[in-house]
Amino acid sequence: MSSDWPLWEVFIRAKGGLSHRHVGSVHAPDSEIALRHARDTYTRRMEGVSLWVVRSADIVASDPSDDAAMFDPAADKVYRHPTFYTIPDDVKHI
Amino acid sequence: MASLPPIDIPPATTGNGAFDAPADDPNGALFDYLLRLGDDSLVLGQRLSEWTGHAASVEVDLSLANIALDLIGQATLLLDYAGEVEGRGRDGDKLAFHRDVLDFRNCLLVEQPNGDFAQTMARQFLFSTWQRRLLRHLAGSADARIAAIAEKAVKEVTYHAELAAEWVIRLGDGTEESRRRMMDGLEWMARFVPELFEADGLTAFLAERGVAADPDSFRADYEEEVGAVLAAAGLPLLPQQRPILGGRRGHHSEHLGHLLCTMQFLPRTYPEAVW
Repeated sequence: MSSDWPLWEVFIRAKGGLSHRHVGSVHAPDSEIALRHARDTYTRRMEGVSLWVVRSADIVASDPSDDAAMFDPAADKVYRHPTFYTIPDDVKHI
Repeated sequence: MASLPPIDIPPATTGNGAFDAPADDPNGALFDYLLRLGDDSLVLGQRLSEWTGHAASVEVDLSLANIALDLIGQATLLLDYAGEVEGRGRDGDKLAFHRDVLDFRNCLLVEQPNGDFAQTMARQFLFSTWQRRLLRHLAGSADARIAAIAEKAVKEVTYHAELAAEWVIRLGDGTEESRRRMMDGLEWMARFVPELFEADGLTAFLAERGVAADPDSFRADYEEEVGAVLAAAGLPLLPQQRPILGGRRGHHSEHLGHLLCTMQFLPRTYPEAVW
C-alpha cells in the first residue's frame, strides 16, 4: 500500500523564530494525509510547532556528479567568511 | 427494522453486572460514570494497539498507535480517579487488569473487532466524533477533576475524529473495493451508535448536578456531523438497524472477553511484575 503512495519530504519548525528543518520523509496518498502522517511520525515527542510537507518529486536537486564544479571552487575563498570583523561582546546570536 | 425495540437486558434483571450483585458504595453513581468514560478509552485503546506492527504502512501503524496511547492515557486518568472515588484502594491498573468482563462499563461500539482498516476507521469515526462532543461538554463539568481531564483529552480526540473522517472520505470516495469495505465497516458498527446516546437514571442523576453530560443534547449535532462526512465520502446515510444496548450495565458482546484475556493475562499471571 505505502509503496503505491508518493513520497513527501517533512520539515519541522522546532519553535517560533527558527526555520523549518528537514527531518525525513513519509509516504501518503495526498497532501492532507501527508501532513497527518508527518505529525504522527515526527512530532510525537514535542519536536515542533509547525510542519511542512513537500512532494519529494517537486524538489530540484543538484547532481552529485557535478559536485566538483558546484562546490569545490568555494573551498579556498576564506575571505568570504565574516571572520575579519570584531564582534562586540554583548552581541550574542551571530 | 428500525421500528423494532432495541435489544437490551430484560427489565426484570437488576443489570448491575458482576452476576448482578447490588452496588453498595456511596459514590456509586460517580464511580460508575467514571468507569463508563474510562472503559470506553481503555477498551478502544487496547483494540487499536492490536494493529501495532500489522498496518499497511509504518505511517498508518504510528497513527493507530498514537491514538491508542492517547486513549490509554485518558483511561489511566479516569480510572485512577474512579478508584479514588470508590475509596477501596484500587487504582487505574487494578481496575483495568483485575476486573472481569461483567464489571466493564464501556459501550459496545469500542469492543467491536478491528476487521480490516476500513472497519477500524468506521468505528473510530463514529466513536471519536461522539467522544469529542461529549468531552466538550464535560470540559464544563461541575466536577473539577472531570473538567480538567476532558479539557486535556478533547484536544487529542479532535485529532482522532479528524483523522478518522479523512479516512472515511478517502476510502468511501476511493476505489470500488475501498468503498465496499467502508460500507461493510459502517454496516457492522451502525447498530451500536444508539447506545452512545442512551440516557439512563445514572446519566440523568449526574447531568442534573452538572457533573455528566446529557448525550441527547448533542445528538442532532452528531448526526449532522456524521452525515456531512458520509456525504463528502459519497456514502449513503448510516443503515437503520435494530439498536443493541447493554454495555453500560455490563452485558457485553463476546468480543470483550477475548480482548480482556489478552490484556489482563500478564498482570494476572505475574501480579508483582514490573518493567
